[in-house]
Amino acid sequence: MSSAMARFVVRRLLSMLLVLFAVSVVVFLIFNVLPSGDPAVRMAGKIPTETQVEAIREEWGFDEPLYVQYGTMMKQLFSGEMISYFTRQNVSEEIWKGLPRTLSLAIGAAILWMALAIALGLYSALRAGAFSDRVLTVLALVGISMPVFWIGALMSYYLGYKAGIFPNGGYVEFADSPFEWLWHLVLPWTALSILFIGFYSRVLRSDILETMGEDFVRTARAKGLSERRVLLKHVLRNSLIPIVTLWGLDFGAVIAGGAILTESVFDIQGVGQYAADSIKQLDLPPIMAVTMFGAFFIVVFNAMVDIAYAALDPRIRLEGRPSR
Amino acid sequence: MSAPGSLLDLRDLAVSFNTEEGLVQAVDGVSIELRAGEVLAVVGESGSGKSVTATTLMGLTRGPNATIAGSATFEGTELISASDEELRAIRGNRLAMIFQDPMSSLDPVYRVVDQIVEQIQAHRDTRSGEARERAIELLDAVGIPDAAKRADSYPHEFSGGMRQRAMIAMALSLEPSLLIADEPTTALDVTVQAQIIDLLRDLNQRRDLSILLITHDIGVVAEIADRVAVMYAGRIVEQGTIDEIFYEPQHPYTWGLLDSLTRIDRPRPKRLSQIPGMPPSLLAPPRGCHFRPRCPHAFDRCTEVPSLLPRVAAAPGHLDRCWLEPARKQELRQAGDRDALEQPR
Amino acid sequence: MSATSEGLLEVRGLVKHFPIKSGLLVSREVDSVKAVDGVDLSLAAGETLGLVGESGSGKSTLCRTVLQLIEPGAGSVRFGGRELVGLRQRELRPLRRDMQMIFQDPYASLNPRRRIGQIVGGPIKLHGLASGAELRRQVEELLERVGLSPEHYDRFPHEFSGGQRQRIGIARAIALKPKLIVADEPVSALDVSIQAQIVNLLDDLQDEFGLTYLFVAHDIGVVRHVSDRIAVMHGGKIVETGTADQVCERPIDPYTKKLLAAVPIPDPRENRARRAGASLA
Repeated sequence: MSSAMARFVVRRLLSMLLVLFAVSVVVFLIFNVLPSGDPAVRMAGKIPTETQVEAIREEWGFDEPLYVQYGTMMKQLFSGEMISYFTRQNVSEEIWKGLPRTLSLAIGAAILWMALAIALGLYSALRAGAFSDRVLTVLALVGISMPVFWIGALMSYYLGYKAGIFPNGGYVEFADSPFEWLWHLVLPWTALSILFIGFYSRVLRSDILETMGEDFVRTARAKGLSERRVLLKHVLRNSLIPIVTLWGLDFGAVIAGGAILTESVFDIQGVGQYAADSIKQLDLPPIMAVTMFGAFFIVVFNAMVDIAYAALDPRIRLEGRPSR
Repeated sequence: MSAPGSLLDLRDLAVSFNTEEGLVQAVDGVSIELRAGEVLAVVGESGSGKSVTATTLMGLTRGPNATIAGSATFEGTELISASDEELRAIRGNRLAMIFQDPMSSLDPVYRVVDQIVEQIQAHRDTRSGEARERAIELLDAVGIPDAAKRADSYPHEFSGGMRQRAMIAMALSLEPSLLIADEPTTALDVTVQAQIIDLLRDLNQRRDLSILLITHDIGVVAEIADRVAVMYAGRIVEQGTIDEIFYEPQHPYTWGLLDSLTRIDRPRPKRLSQIPGMPPSLLAPPRGCHFRPRCPHAFDRCTEVPSLLPRVAAAPGHLDRCWLEPARKQELRQAGDRDALEQPR
Repeated sequence: MSATSEGLLEVRGLVKHFPIKSGLLVSREVDSVKAVDGVDLSLAAGETLGLVGESGSGKSTLCRTVLQLIEPGAGSVRFGGRELVGLRQRELRPLRRDMQMIFQDPYASLNPRRRIGQIVGGPIKLHGLASGAELRRQVEELLERVGLSPEHYDRFPHEFSGGQRQRIGIARAIALKPKLIVADEPVSALDVSIQAQIVNLLDDLQDEFGLTYLFVAHDIGVVRHVSDRIAVMHGGKIVETGTADQVCERPIDPYTKKLLAAVPIPDPRENRARRAGASLA
């Protein structure tokens, strides 16, 4: 590993620690400041008695000063012993169970949206100004404007429940039936991708149009290269750089919890849905765990995106200003 | 029929663009010949149409908004009516072009050697290893120090002068017979400019490379050109050998251009001679001679477009577009020179 | 100008380095770009000092540092006898009336969203020197003075050519009737025939308003024409100073010689003779 890379990695690790610390503190404080009531009271059930509430408080350590509670929670988090207030299940185990589902959704959607966005972006750019380009523009804007839960709900209802083509929800393990696994994910993948396809194809279209006006594209043509080669090796290669880095960031965000709505609508029972349910209950341990999990992924993906950018564009150095 | 030894023959080349504001006649009937082995310079300012002429030869102006008419014969092929495929086979191969800003003219994400190899392999069936060796040879031939090592650099790691040399190397990789150089030194420092001009002159003399040089810099022209065509607002207003243009210019625009130059080897004049006014809009050019509104010697005949003809008896190759009688032109020119000499600082 | 009296602008030991930082946790300066590396300059009132240098010589940074648009790292800049370095913005403000700048790129140096009248009148308004109808009158006069029409008051920059935009920039610069104008490559981006117009305009304005110019350019020919004295800049330092004739005809510094030798001479016979002579030598 070159020294520039080593310095970069160390810097990022240090900032990750800072980010995780800050996130955890903020989440913790929010939940202890919310006027939604005492967790002990809520845990005690429908008709809580004083003694019950006191007992819970003592058992769970709610009577300890805040910083001690914080310390305990962090210890539990990293040793995998955090227990949910309400379901009494081990939070880490729940997350572990939900992870493959979230990943299936996220990775599939990411590949789908990227492939379609490149195809549509390229197509619109090449036919800029023509009728087909305008149609695609409108469709892209519609796609960006439709909330994912609305699209998801519509699809689930019309294509799933009513037409019966797709299942209207649920998740099947890959090991149990690869086909069913795929089939159950088609609608969620589509719902989640539509927003991104719209956005990415627009960005790519304008990047391509801008790149096509660049001097080096004129040089490539003057060299006698085929139009196809000019397009793929020079125009696309340069236009993709910003898109690929955006993709890394969005992908990280989706895994980190951006798929909450999609998972809930389609009842996929992934990490996002777990987070959604916990929020409804104001169940701090899972919320803390999921948030930290999300923050971790985002920092990692941010770092990977920076590395990718430096790898794709030789003018960018990992460390500071571009070397122009 | 083109004369023997004629490498490039333009006849009535006309290029117009349909823009939002209307029809722009960028090139308005350009006819000129470039002979094998010579350096022909096309000089003009912005809006003269010189760059459009050059890029049209390469087919780079083709598009839905462009109307191109006339003919351009190069090594027996008619470039204007050639199909995209025919043109592509000639571009970079028999006919090469280098551009003004070498920084933005090279793809920033590929190594320099790879960009040269790409050109070689686009036209010839050469193995990568062989193509790479040839590329390094070329980089060395244009004066890039330590070529074998530096070939693997990216464009942004080269200085401006080296980038332009690399572009020249790349353009010459398939040994074209004609190099079109569009403002090759404008973006470079004057010391680097001198080196690039020397390189081009060397290539012209030793490797018999014909050059079509597009520039606004008359000093550069004086260093390297054999023949010159002066363009103004889409038309050639004067053409001839370099000595004819410099020492016996026949067109008032050429006089204005030559007079507004600063010369460090002569005493300083009190005031720089200037051409009043501005170049005309190509959307609505003046009737008749395009230079008429700015010409101090315009008279009534100038509302009729002057043809590009030889008007000086002893110089059949020296053409100009001015209705003034040759004797009158000489008078005016000498008067102008006297004015300039009479005002030392 | 006697040796004891101070010129309008006196620059001594001016330094501006741009740090290159690197480091693990804390960024440390490992090297620096020495844009201006110890520059001395003198300008007498009413004269034109030409500063010539190639790209990377530091001349643009020097312009900005002299005018305190960039804070100098070290050194002294005395303007009209007053030290500028170290002054606070508030104190500099009134002094800025007397020193103005003309920029190279006529396409980038005018705010595209403002009308010409606002651009040229901006400085006057800012310093509270006029307003309303009087302001308009002054601006229209300025526009005429630089060769534009008062009708152009309400137009936007994009409606003008490069040469005209440069005139607008000049009108803006003389609006406050400054003593010193720093012109950073004012004609480099213009066509040759327009360059002559702008150079002549600057000449006329100098006579009319008694201006002092620091004229920066990479084109020695133009610099020689406009300047009384010339300073040659290379690598952040001034390598040679002298009268225009001295520097151009009897250069001392090797870099200056190299620069002069590289300037193309628009004289084909002369060039051929030189080359023939060089090949025989």
